[in-house]
Amino acid sequence: MYDWKDAGRISVLLFVSSLILIPLAATVLGGFKTSGELRVSPFGIPDQWHMEFYGEIFADANFWRYLWNSLLISLLTVFLTVFMGAMAAYAFAQVRFFGSEFLFSYMLLGLMFPFAAAIMPLFLTVRDLGLLDTPWGVVLPQVAFGLAFSIMFFRTFFSQMPEELFEAARVDGCGYIKFFFLFTLPLSTPILATIATFVFVQSWNNYLLPLIMLNDRAGYTWTLGAMDYRGEYTAEWNRTLAFVSATLAPAVVFFLAAQKYIVAGLTGGAVKG
Amino acid sequence: MVTTTDYATQATLKPNVFRRMWTDGQLKMLLIFLPPALLVFTVFVILPMLQAGFFAPYKWSGYGPAPWVLNEDTGREFGRWVGSQNFERMWGHSAFQQAFENTLLVIAVSLLIQLPIALFLALLIYQNSRINTIFRLVFFLPYIMAEVATGLIFSFVLDGNYGLSKWFSDLMGYETAFFPLAEKPWAFYSILAVIVWKYFGFHMMIYIAGLQSISKELIEAARIDGATATQRAFFIQIPLLWPAITISIFYSVLGGLQVFDLVMPMTAGGPSNSSHTLVSYLYNFGFVRLNVGFGSAVGVFLFAVGVVFALVYRNTVQRGQ
Repeated sequence: MYDWKDAGRISVLLFVSSLILIPLAATVLGGFKTSGELRVSPFGIPDQWHMEFYGEIFADANFWRYLWNSLLISLLTVFLTVFMGAMAAYAFAQVRFFGSEFLFSYMLLGLMFPFAAAIMPLFLTVRDLGLLDTPWGVVLPQVAFGLAFSIMFFRTFFSQMPEELFEAARVDGCGYIKFFFLFTLPLSTPILATIATFVFVQSWNNYLLPLIMLNDRAGYTWTLGAMDYRGEYTAEWNRTLAFVSATLAPAVVFFLAAQKYIVAGLTGGAVKG
Repeated sequence: MVTTTDYATQATLKPNVFRRMWTDGQLKMLLIFLPPALLVFTVFVILPMLQAGFFAPYKWSGYGPAPWVLNEDTGREFGRWVGSQNFERMWGHSAFQQAFENTLLVIAVSLLIQLPIALFLALLIYQNSRINTIFRLVFFLPYIMAEVATGLIFSFVLDGNYGLSKWFSDLMGYETAFFPLAEKPWAFYSILAVIVWKYFGFHMMIYIAGLQSISKELIEAARIDGATATQRAFFIQIPLLWPAITISIFYSVLGGLQVFDLVMPMTAGGPSNSSHTLVSYLYNFGFVRLNVGFGSAVGVFLFAVGVVFALVYRNTVQRGQ
């Protein structure tokens, strides 16, 4: 059943896996080592498991505040991107009105250029609106840039829904808005979850926008916090590694829980194009 | 959509379009559902991009509402008109040339090294089995990790006093440790390697989805006719995968244009500005120095590259998809 071809295939796969897993394992284990041991054996199992570096991080109120700030920003971003994107996509899918194609293409402009291109005026806009150092200063630009993607996906999905459903509901006197909340949204849970997952991961990992919009340490996201921590303990890699591991844990758990939706999102993009 | 389209076409033929849309509830829905998205998108994406175009010919620190507004206190405008000077300075700046070259290098490495690796691995594990699922998850893991975390991990791995490069130096018996992130060409090569490490899984997933949608009968028929796995890959699977490949090329190029988060933890653009990308260059020489006009000029360049690529690509390679 297994021949040398399979053996070759599996060894290639194991080799690539090791390239991915060894740095990650070294990171998690590194947090349990002293700085001195880390120099001698960067990738090995620690001789003695030092809990104090992780302990200090978990006892640090700043760490939890960074996580909370990231979570808050990500949740707000997800909610607004999904909700506003779904509403606009519903309008585009349900009614073809004068200029609708134009407006749709206008929204899709957001997919055509790197968002960092407008970062300087964006900073000034957020400043003039008084949103610097608030979660909204990060949330609203993130929503704006996520909308194109979410509208594109939602419109495709909505226009594939059976029309009979809408007709039947119309006959029973259900209006456009009511139909959206009663039928369209509940029936779109899979695509909602997929878009929400992608937006969440992007927001959670974002560095450039928080870096520009947040100056006050109290409002830092965890990515800013991690860079700060690295700057503070330049000579002690074990502490930085512990910090990174502590922040990777929730991401990995989330990934394992949401992988179905992530894969669905990629499939949708690949099939429809 | 037959019903609603019919409504619309009928409506355009009659004079009382709006009245009909109103009684129908359509207009009300449009007026409630569209403006929020349009407003946020316009204020935070389109207007800033337009402003970048207007700010680019000024020297301005960002103080005041706009560079052309008169400052009552000094009797002069907040900014100073410099014409095309910002663009000329950018073009002549060796750090910018390096950053542009680096960005092109990112795109080249993504297309020529990363995508083939992703395709090869996708062909190895696209069939559904438990062990393949595990490999898929492992290969996809780097993609969901934050760039900052990835960058920090690899600056440890590549730190001459600690990780892989110390191990390598010891092995080769070097007197002094080798710090790839502090050596001129190696700093950016390291970033390139990490980019491949982080993003190949994303492209692999796109290919897996594409490969799974190819009919099994076709592959089986080819196999019975005596086509080897390599032949099946090159003559059936890869040609049929072309739509998926065009998408992943598009993502690679647009993604390559915005590399930033990885650069900051790994090298922050150093040593001596040799490892900047266009975005980290913009951040350093525009944002950090509060040079709004100059940063806007770099932004306009970045925008132009992105849009020209997207338009050309959509109308040539992706035409008809």
